[in-house]
Amino acid sequence: MRVEAGIHRDLGLTDEEFDKIRELLDRDPTYTELAMFSVMWSEHCSYKSSKVHLKTLPTEGEHVLVGPGEGAGIIEVAPGVAVAWKIESHNHPSFVEPFNGAATGVGGIVRDILSMGARPIALLDPLRFGPLTDARTRYVVDGVVHGISSYGNSIGVPTVGGETVFEDCYAENPLVNVACLGFVENKLMHGRAEGAGNLAVLIGSSTGRDGIGGASVLASAEFDEGSEDKRPSVQVGDPFTEKLLIEACLELIRRDLLVGFQDLGAGGISCPTSEMSAKAGTGMRVNVDSVHRREPGMEPFEVMISESQERMLGVVAPPDLDAVLEVCNRWGLEARVIGEVVDSPRLEISSGGEVVADVPARALAEEGPEYHRPVDRPAWIDAIQSAPCGDDPPTDLHAALMAICASPTVASKRWVWEQYDHMIFLGTVQGPGGDAAVVRLPDSEVAVALSVDGPGRFCQLDPYEGARLAVAEAARNVACVGAHPLAVTNCLNFGNPEKPEVMWQFSEVVRGIGDACRELGTPVTGGNVSFYNETKGRAIYPTPVIGMLGVVKKPARALGIGFRRPGDDIVLLGTGDPSDLGGSEYAKVVNGVVAGRPPRLDLQMELKLHKLLFESARDGILVSAHDLSEGGLAIALLESAMANGMGFKVDVSSENAYRDLFCESPTRVLVSCDPDARDRLIDMAETLGVPARLIGVVDGSEMTFGSALTVDPAAVKDAYETALERSLMGGSDK
Amino acid sequence: MNAKAAVVVFPGSNCEQDVERALRSLGCQTQRVWHAAETLPDTDLVVLPGGFAHGDYLRTGAIARFSPVMAAVQEHAATGGLVIGICNGFQILCEAGMLPGALRKNAGLKFLCRWTDLRVENNATPFTSRAEVGQVVRVPINHFEGNWYCDDDTLADLRDSGSILLRYVDNPNGALDDVAGITNKDRTVFGLMPHPERACEALLGSEDGRVIFESMIDHALQAGSPDPAGRVPEMLGT
Repeated sequence: MRVEAGIHRDLGLTDEEFDKIRELLDRDPTYTELAMFSVMWSEHCSYKSSKVHLKTLPTEGEHVLVGPGEGAGIIEVAPGVAVAWKIESHNHPSFVEPFNGAATGVGGIVRDILSMGARPIALLDPLRFGPLTDARTRYVVDGVVHGISSYGNSIGVPTVGGETVFEDCYAENPLVNVACLGFVENKLMHGRAEGAGNLAVLIGSSTGRDGIGGASVLASAEFDEGSEDKRPSVQVGDPFTEKLLIEACLELIRRDLLVGFQDLGAGGISCPTSEMSAKAGTGMRVNVDSVHRREPGMEPFEVMISESQERMLGVVAPPDLDAVLEVCNRWGLEARVIGEVVDSPRLEISSGGEVVADVPARALAEEGPEYHRPVDRPAWIDAIQSAPCGDDPPTDLHAALMAICASPTVASKRWVWEQYDHMIFLGTVQGPGGDAAVVRLPDSEVAVALSVDGPGRFCQLDPYEGARLAVAEAARNVACVGAHPLAVTNCLNFGNPEKPEVMWQFSEVVRGIGDACRELGTPVTGGNVSFYNETKGRAIYPTPVIGMLGVVKKPARALGIGFRRPGDDIVLLGTGDPSDLGGSEYAKVVNGVVAGRPPRLDLQMELKLHKLLFESARDGILVSAHDLSEGGLAIALLESAMANGMGFKVDVSSENAYRDLFCESPTRVLVSCDPDARDRLIDMAETLGVPARLIGVVDGSEMTFGSALTVDPAAVKDAYETALERSLMGGSDK
Repeated sequence: MNAKAAVVVFPGSNCEQDVERALRSLGCQTQRVWHAAETLPDTDLVVLPGGFAHGDYLRTGAIARFSPVMAAVQEHAATGGLVIGICNGFQILCEAGMLPGALRKNAGLKFLCRWTDLRVENNATPFTSRAEVGQVVRVPINHFEGNWYCDDDTLADLRDSGSILLRYVDNPNGALDDVAGITNKDRTVFGLMPHPERACEALLGSEDGRVIFESMIDHALQAGSPDPAGRVPEMLGT
């Protein structure tokens, strides 16, 4: 097919990128080649704007078996026990078509995990939406949750945690991130096409026109008025096929029938054929006519870049082909030989006996552009940081507490997570609703703790500090269940990288994550970057979501957030700064302000606190532990009490009580313990240098904040448990 | 001697490994049987586990009832062997006509995964013999279509014959007469929406589900295996 002048621009390639392609090929590209370059060199696939920054992140550690660059990071959590851990985004598709966008996001991350030879055993879904007063947002929330529920439940992978945050900036750009944990059952797989003469076998769904340009059109550009037209670019999920794909592929790996293995996601067939060849220094000869299709008349370029779901590419030695086909056939899956590995390092695509593309595999996979985009600290940062942070006192302390309690970001997310199967596989020691999920590994005594956190507000006020706070909170959540934080996967959600202020936010966030991860000893084992989260020129808050993984050596000793026995002592670990109200839930909900500076963080103190939690949990001193985050001490107390239908009596100074109750200083944890164990806890804290203060006792029913405030437990419970559902029912939308 | 259980795997089943783990923890031997098998291996118990057999396409259980293995499952029950269908397995048993009624979408039109309290209504059956009548057990549900329904005559029949074995204490899905699990007149087939295999270990929140499997194992060990001769198992690779 002849290439019209300027068509590369419609495919999202710049003139400079087009020139570089001509230079690499030493001729004009064919249409098929141009289409392949457009997806492989898209922001989504090539990380062209983020690469130079991501290189600064710490990625190595004694537990890291595989770092960034493969389907997922691999972490050794106990001798001989390895897990895969990775996060992805499906933001744009989920706004255009919430149900399928979110569903296929789950499918995509699951295949990333599968590509490493690991069985997916847990999902977490960090979600961000606009205010629920908007009818379209309510539709998006319902569709996204239903999509995750429908897909995740069908494939039989428990959704054990996540976050659901509501903020104005996500109104026309929701964030749908999804993290997945995998368990390496037999051996690790790699995405490498080794051995000339070996066969490339496409396994799974047929290829259609759905999802053409998903990566380049949807994920690598801003939204505008015409975004509805992009609906055909959203892929359609089939969880039934995905379940069969998981079981069939794990059987192929168990029986050692695959030489190399990779998933098909963004970029379609172009991606694994070029990447697997490039990594092995080989090439591949592919006949697109062999690809099984769901509709006639598809052009070769469409077959090469279609993002039809539920497909994997296996490299198979010819003697094993019959066995591979038998396994796939038994599981009801199509599997076809679509090409073979060759020594020449080129990817040659043919159709109808003609070569339609012939490019160096490395040019597609590894020689894409790499941009040092301009960064510029925006002038508004100074203004917003020096503005009043919204710390005016409330007119009514009780009303303020109830309002924060019923804020959809703070309130119970039961409505969301009851729609997810969070129990399958009999590994969910702790499911949704706590600080971190605790998942026991199959046939093992070891469990892992998982948490996802992304304080977008703090990052908006100060991206560097906000990113450090994100890492610290994620690690603290994992430490709260008694786990040792080990490794990080991250999903970096940002606006348009071509804008210097967005690039500044990005570079600051990456610097913050790097510094915090180095100090906490938790390397980054992989992740994802999602740019262009802008609609009509308005960007989201810079939102890095940190997925922290920790190890729980004794799952039976894992701590929950809930008080358990009236009469137990309540101890606050760490010290609050009453002025830490910038970016807080109090400032937003009560005073309608997002300004000032985020709280200050001392990472050395954070490390000491984690050590204290780890040791006191190990020794059985603690009964419960709960991280202080949105809503500060007040909400932590309410949540710890409500978890098991208890109450509390704590001392709060009545002067400026609202600051003590609602400030969001980090590095603080609310714990309860038997009064007999209290001295030991305080001694341990003193030895480690962590401030620890007895603030009250667990009560059977009453909820009393000293002389400052007493609340009605039934009213609090009603507000907290029903706020989300009531907001979703709407009513305030005009 | 150990009891033996065959766990049927349909394409799309996803609770087979959990059921096996729970049964094994109670000393029961298990093996998986692929849905395409036309015969069952030598077994005391047959389990149709939860999941999304054949993707739940058309209607839950509607395609699975035609899987070749179902004839053998029917015969197993007809010759006195015990069959339990959990969640999707219950839906399949209803579609296959082995139990009355049908499972509709939950009254709230949402998928629900939560702990429920169930009241044991009759313990004079092989599925509940270890429980007390009126005993409340804590077992989780996990379904979109768990809203059991039947016509008035059938319901009267089930009540009169003591075939309603489990009722929800706090009905989560709109099921008629709070029904969570029912058996047939012969007491050989039991279908229930809650997942007893998820409630067999204190670490996971409850051990109450064991009472059902333990009752079935008791029965199998007392009755001995039906062991019809000449059956050739077609096994699923594990």
